[in-house]
This record gives sequence, structure tokens and C-alpha cells, in this order.
Amino acid sequence: MNPILECRDLHKRYGLKEALCGINLQIEAGHITGLLGPNGSGKTTLIKMANNLLTPSSGEILINGKKPGTESKQIVSYLPERTYLASWMKVHDIIRYFTDFYKDFDPTCAYEMLRNLQIDPDDKLKTMSKGTREKVQLILVMSRHAMLYILDEPIAGVDPAARDYILKTILSNYNENAAILISTHLISDIESILDHVIFLQNGTVKLQATVDEIRENEGRSVDSLFREVFRC
Amino acid sequence: MTWNLSADRPIYSQIIERVQMDIVSGVYHPGDKLPSVRELATLASVNPNTMQKAFSELERSGLVHTQRTSGRFITEDTVMISQLKETLAEEQIITFFQTMKKLGFDKKEAAELITKLSAEKGEK
Repeated sequence: MNPILECRDLHKRYGLKEALCGINLQIEAGHITGLLGPNGSGKTTLIKMANNLLTPSSGEILINGKKPGTESKQIVSYLPERTYLASWMKVHDIIRYFTDFYKDFDPTCAYEMLRNLQIDPDDKLKTMSKGTREKVQLILVMSRHAMLYILDEPIAGVDPAARDYILKTILSNYNENAAILISTHLISDIESILDHVIFLQNGTVKLQATVDEIRENEGRSVDSLFREVFRC
Repeated sequence: MTWNLSADRPIYSQIIERVQMDIVSGVYHPGDKLPSVRELATLASVNPNTMQKAFSELERSGLVHTQRTSGRFITEDTVMISQLKETLAEEQIITFFQTMKKLGFDKKEAAELITKLSAEKGEK
């Protein structure tokens, strides 16, 4: 079986600056992977290439065995670091928009999550707090029945109680044949839901291991290992 | 029900300990059906694969077993459960002795202290 996401000697240069230098990795179905690294380590660059928003300088990135494109967008549910939704839209409008756009979007699922997080579908994005807007976006992304979910900093602006709810939502919503890639700085909040972690440093993979391997071998959490590896 | 998982030890081994404790303390009874791996994973906010790994380990030890179509059950072997109870108690006592040693009590002194305190507390 093909890995859902695969990078082969992937490079990305912005002018003279090399953002990614030779990434090799595979993400298999059924796994939740954490993409961790300090600011500027290449996390978002990698994620953007997986979504065809950037093209590799050399090497390749494959989604379900194919180059990112229209086809891959049908199976990848992507939460970008910045919003792309118009602020005048009501949640209702956006849900209709998503239903039109994606065959695998499940509005019932979205409305249920909105209810649980007490978000009124008649509210406009414009009138919402930053955290609430983030919740709405994550709800939309998790309401698709995708094969790969790519979440770029999904919980940064969200309060701890909602964060717990969101993590539980991620766990209960994704099916066993899907994979999730989460980039985040809030490691301690999410490490118990991760299978694997990938540490990126200056555009290279510094470490790739399972959470329990790290805990077993290092006798400490991924969060505390991260703090040591990337100590400033 | 919250699962207090500590950050510095493997998650699957903490799940195993937790389930063992629940079996010994009677939260689960011999022969009880367990919730699905997925439900338990959501409940504990852990990765389903980690939960699965913990249960594979528990199955290997014989404490739980899977019936192909109907799910996963706690063993009905009460002898095994009482053995587990004893093992867990021994582990606690060994940890206790280690802490007491750090405090400067040898095993005999620690045991005397226990006898003394249990006599006092016993009247309550």
C-alpha cells in the first residue's frame, strides 16, 4: 500500500535561502503525526508543498502516490495557518460553500460540533473572536471525510477547555484509514494523541520516532526533549 | 473519569497499569466486557494505536481476551487477578522501602514504623 504522504529528497529554495534541504519521510494511513520544529524550520513550507501551494525546487512530494494537484485536494483536508474565508460570511454560508466544494463534506457533523462549542451558525466571522474563528475553521476541516488531514497550528488561539474538546473531536472523527499531520508548538497538549513525531530543524529531519519510543528511551516527554534539542 | 497520565513515561505502559488497577480494585469485574479501543482512546485522550498496543500487551498477559465477534473481555480467572493484586501490592511496598531508604530508615525500622502507625490509625 502507498503511504498517504511521501517526500523523496525534497528541496525548497527561496532565492538563496534553502528552506528545506533533502526531506525524506512517509506518513502511513491510520497514524497521527506531529510535525514539530522551531520557527523557521520549514514546517509550513513542507505543508504548503503538500497542498500544491508551493512547488518543490527538487525532489518530490507525493500524496497517495501522486503529485499534489486537483486530485489530491479531494482527499486532503487542509487547515492553513491563515484564514482564507471572507469575514462577511456567516457560518451557515460557509457550510453551504464547503458542501458545494467538497463531496466528502458532512454538514450534519459540522453543525453538531458548532452546537457543542456553542457557536451560533448565524454569526458572521467578522464578529467573532480570533479563537472562535479558529474553532470554526477547524470544525470545517474536520467535518470532511478525507484521507489526509493537514493541520497547520490548529489549536494555538483556542482556550484550554476548547482545546480538549478539539483534540477529542480529532480522535473520534478521523477514521482508521485516514492520516493526520499536525504542526504545532503546543507539544505538551497534543503529544498523547500522536503516534509519531518529526522534528524539523533548519530544513532537515532531525529526529523521527514514536512518542512512546521517546518516552521510553529518554525517560521524558516529547515536550521536554524538544526544549532541550532546540534550546536557544 | 479522567486519566492522569504522566508526561515522562510511555503512555501505553501507564494505560496498562491503569487497567490492571481497575481490574484489581473492582471497577471492572471478572468477565466484564470492555469498551472498544476507540471509545477508550477518546475517553483517555490518547492515540487509538497506543490504546491498541496497551491492550495487545494485556491480552498477552492473559488479563483480557478477545472474542472474535463480540469484543474484548476481562479474564474470569480469579486466581490470576489475585496474583496480580499481590504483585501490585509488592511493587508498592518496594517503592515505599526505596523512599524510606532515602529518608534514612532501613527495612526493619520502616516496618516498625508501619506497625506503630497502623496500631494508632486502627482505632479510627
